[in-house]
This record gives sequence, C-alpha cells and structure tokens, in this order.
Amino acid sequence: MSDATNDDERIKEMSGLRRALIRPELGGMVGTVAVFTFFLLFAFDSGMFNAQGVLNWSVVSAQFMIIAIGACLLMIAGEFDLSVGSMIGFAGMMIAVFGITLGWPMWMAIIVTFVICIAFGALNGYIVVRTGLPSFIVTLATLFILRGFTIFIPQTLERKTIIGGIREAAEGDWLAPIFGAKIFTGFFQWLGDMGVIGVFTRGNLEGKPVVDGIPMLIVWALGLVVFGHILLTRTRFGNWIFAAGGDAQAARYAGVPVDRVKILMFMFTAFCATVFAVCQVMEFGSAGSDRGILKEFEAIIAVVIGGALLTGGYGSVIGAALVALIFGVVQQGLFFANVESSLFRVFLGVILLFAVILNTYIRRMITGER
Amino acid sequence: MTDPIIRMTDIEKHFGSVIALNGVTVEFYPGECHCLLGDNGAGKSTFIKTMSGVHKPTKGKIEFEGKEMNFADPRDAIAAGIATVYQDLAMIPLMSVSRNFFMGNEPVKKVAGMSFFDHEHANDVTMSEMKKMGINLRGPDQAVGTLSGGERQTVAIARAVHFGAKVLILDEPTSALGVRQTANVLATVDKVRKQGIAVVFITHNVRHAMAVGDRFTVLNRGKTFGTASRGEITPEQLQDMMAGGEELATLEGSLGGTV
Repeated sequence: MSDATNDDERIKEMSGLRRALIRPELGGMVGTVAVFTFFLLFAFDSGMFNAQGVLNWSVVSAQFMIIAIGACLLMIAGEFDLSVGSMIGFAGMMIAVFGITLGWPMWMAIIVTFVICIAFGALNGYIVVRTGLPSFIVTLATLFILRGFTIFIPQTLERKTIIGGIREAAEGDWLAPIFGAKIFTGFFQWLGDMGVIGVFTRGNLEGKPVVDGIPMLIVWALGLVVFGHILLTRTRFGNWIFAAGGDAQAARYAGVPVDRVKILMFMFTAFCATVFAVCQVMEFGSAGSDRGILKEFEAIIAVVIGGALLTGGYGSVIGAALVALIFGVVQQGLFFANVESSLFRVFLGVILLFAVILNTYIRRMITGER
Repeated sequence: MTDPIIRMTDIEKHFGSVIALNGVTVEFYPGECHCLLGDNGAGKSTFIKTMSGVHKPTKGKIEFEGKEMNFADPRDAIAAGIATVYQDLAMIPLMSVSRNFFMGNEPVKKVAGMSFFDHEHANDVTMSEMKKMGINLRGPDQAVGTLSGGERQTVAIARAVHFGAKVLILDEPTSALGVRQTANVLATVDKVRKQGIAVVFITHNVRHAMAVGDRFTVLNRGKTFGTASRGEITPEQLQDMMAGGEELATLEGSLGGTV
C-alpha cells in the first residue's frame, strides 16, 4: 500500500482562494457586498436606506427568497419546477374563489388551497419519477395547465380576472394574519415616537410611524432560509437530497429512497409558491390571473447564481437567499436611483450568464476534471 | 472446509424469450476471493444482479448462510449482508468522501428532540477507515471527484465492509483502471478477504483474476464450466474457456499469445 502514501507528495496544498471558490455561497457573498457598496455610494440620499426604503427592498427580497428556497432544494435534488409562477397565480386565485366567490371562512380557503397546490407539486414529482421524463417538460405542461385554469375559473365564475375584497374577508380570521399581519408594531410605534424613524405628519395616519411593523412575508422568508439550510446541511435527509441530485442510480444502490426525496422536494417547492401567493393576496387584498408570471425563472436564476449546479447535486440555500437579497436591492435600487426599471431584466440576464460560466469552472475544480 | 455462505443452485433467468442464465450452480465461501469470469454477454452481470436482489431468478435456489432467500429488492440483500460495488456507480463525485461514505446510513444525533446528521462522527470514521485502506485524504470534506478511479473503488469497498457486508460483490472493479490503480484495488480485495468476507470478483481479465482469486468460475453463454480452485487451472485454460475454446486459440497464435 506504499503507492498511496507516495501519492501524498502529489497532493498540493490547496490555496485559500481555491478553497473559498469551491464554497457555493461565495458568489452570493461577494455580490451582496458589491451591491450594497454600490448603492450606498451612489444612492445613499435617494431614500433607499431610510426605514421606508429598507422595508421596501426587504419585502421584494423576501418574495424572491421564498420561491428561491424551494427551487434551490429541488434543483440540488436534480429537478426543476417551471410551474412555480403559475402556481403563485393559481394559489392566489383559489383563495379568492374559495374565500370570496364561495364565501368560505378565510382559514378554510387557505388550508384547502395549500392542500390543492401541494397535491399538484406531488403530481409533478410523481409523473417525473415514474416516467423518467425531464422535469423541464413535465412542469412546462403544468405551467400552462395551471395558468389556463387561473384565467378560466374566475372568468367563468365572476366574469373578471381580478377578484378583490380579500383583506376585508380576512378581517378577524385566525389563520390569515400568519401570512398578512405585521409583527413588532408596538416597537415600531415606539421608534416613531422616539424620532428614530419618521412619522406621518398629517392625514388620518398622523402620528403613526412610516414603517409600522415587519410583514410576516419577511418572517416566512427568513424562517424558510433557516429551515432549508439546516435541512440541507445538517440532516440525513439533506444528504439524500444531495445524493438524489448527484447521481440518482448510485444513490439508489446505496439505499437512498430517491423517488421519495424528489417528490417531497416538488411538494416543498409548491408549498413555497403557495406561501408567496397567500402573503401576496393578503397584502394586495386581491387575486389576479396574471400574478407570478416569470417568477419561476427568477427563482431558478437566483438559485443558479447562488452557486447551485443546473445538473443537481451541488448548491447552497444561503447562496440562493443572498442572491434573492441582491435581486431585491437592485430592483428597488434602480427605482430609487431613477433608472428605467426594465433594466433590471438586463441585469438579471447578464449576471446569470457570468454566474453560469463561473459555475462550470468551479465544478471542474471540485471534481478535479480537466 | 467451512460451509459456503451463499449457494446458488441451478439458477435460470429468462428475459422474455432470451435465456440469460441456463442453470448456473456456484458456491461462495467466506474469506475467499471467488472470481467470476466470462466474456461480454456471458451472463456475469445477470448472475450477480440475481445475487444482489436486482433480478429474481426464473428458476433455482439461493441459499444464504444455509437458509433459502428470496430477495424482493436490493435493500433486502444489503440488509442481509450482500453488498455490491458497481464499476461506475459506486460514488457521487460532487459529494464529499464523508457524505458518500455514509450515504444511506447517515449517523444521527439528537439535539432538542430532532435528529441531525452527526458530521463529526462521520468525519472521524471516514478518516480512520480511509487510513486503514491506505488512502490519504486532504480532509473528510474532499469531494470524491478528486479521487482516482481506483481510490473511488476502494472507498466504496471500505464503505461496504464498514457497514457489515458478509459478501462483497465487485462488478469489474479493475476494468477501467490503470496498472497502479488496479494493484491498489487488488490489494484492497486481499485485505477484505483476510477479514473473513466472501469476495465475488467479476472480471474478464484473467491476469487480474489470477492475482487474487482462490476459486474461478467461468461463465459462457449462460452456463458454467464448473469451478476450479487455485493451482488446478492455468491462465491459458481460463482464457480458452471464456472464449468458448476455438476462435481465440487461432487469434492468439497470430497475436503471439498476448491477449
């Protein structure tokens, strides 16, 4: 066995840079620092960093985060879900149909919507693992099916594609505040009274702070990041997620229940999309047939830039969450800096391309391919 | 002579109208390396897949430690102590050695009533097991992709042994390897055999077989030519049996006996 010991001299000490480069979160961390530096330097006076501004981009970032976490775990497990955007529109519309058109209590509408959407996620997963078809195609079908229903159902029942009145219907409900309420309102009132943050000076909100609490949307986003990160890196199931995406057949031979892992990840993605939808309808007070369009791609872009490999088996929830934060800051930052907001899409496209090229290089470094 | 750990009697396996195995009888003994030789299509893969629970035999009997077994799927066979290391599918390159080592058997520790992957324990065990097998890792978090093909086979073998395999089936472990890596894997096989594990070594390379084998069984067109012990048979005879006798003898003449 002296051969192996002789090999030792051929293992070069890894430089600190290379060691850092193969951490999937690196891109997200560097990007976060860069984006904040940029906007602090160039848009500090624009109101982006006062209480209202921070809340503004935090909410947008939290939205990106919620769907990115689902997409991230699913991509690491080796699959895609293109139906996330349609699922958001569909879930919102289901709540409106159950809660407004059918007049169910809001808590029942929310629970039934969760059940239906997670069942669609399970169906996606089941079809993918049973047929062996690429999840790209299967969920592309779901994308169209769900979007079609999201337009058809309200058209048929209400003769319109936007259903409002949800906030009023959710008044006094016990479950709705978990998605639509704000927390620490007393603390923010106190901050306003102390003059730390601004207060409204006239109108019927006079004396109230401009930021009156942390929306539950942000709490959900942070909660899901912590849950996703711990699940992936610190549990046995997390190891199965990596294994299922790394090489499904090898994982099966080692006794990993690959099909179950994949289906559960499809269900988790659907769960995240539904959380997004419920928070959104509670905030807007209405559901629209066009909600969530292109969200699936934004989620996938965040995950890929966050260091995950499109082919599965490698990635990081923290990386995806940091990129979601960057997206929120940049999208709202462009608005504050009075830059045409459509440029946000140009920004997405450009950094996506860079990130994918960088990822290919990093993959070679991890696996030692040449 | 001890009793065989596995006895496969009159195994037949038909795929539709194709007869892949036509009555194969082999016995495997603990602490021995049993080489299963045969050309492509001879039925080697079908035979080991029957043994490891992937296929159910159409006819025949599998006895494991004297009891008749009916494996429903590979997990049953693994639970009984029959581990298989497949050539390309042994490891997941993007995952760390330690995560690979414990894949499917993750150690858990309880924190506040919830189960978490015990990385510390996994890393310690991985490092010490790798040292035993003569592989020096940079760290337990090193990706398997950075290991050579021979090292990957060795990690897979170490994993099977660590988790209590009594029978270790190696599916062509050396066929894609260079000379030195092959030597490493063969040395690993030797270590495993000395621990009293029955090794089933599938190959079509007679020299690799002769290097470690205690017994040799040649499969040809779904049938066995019987089993020979070490010293009872020459490499040339094995080679001839694998090829079915005739054609290779003439080929060998023209190639100067190097095949």
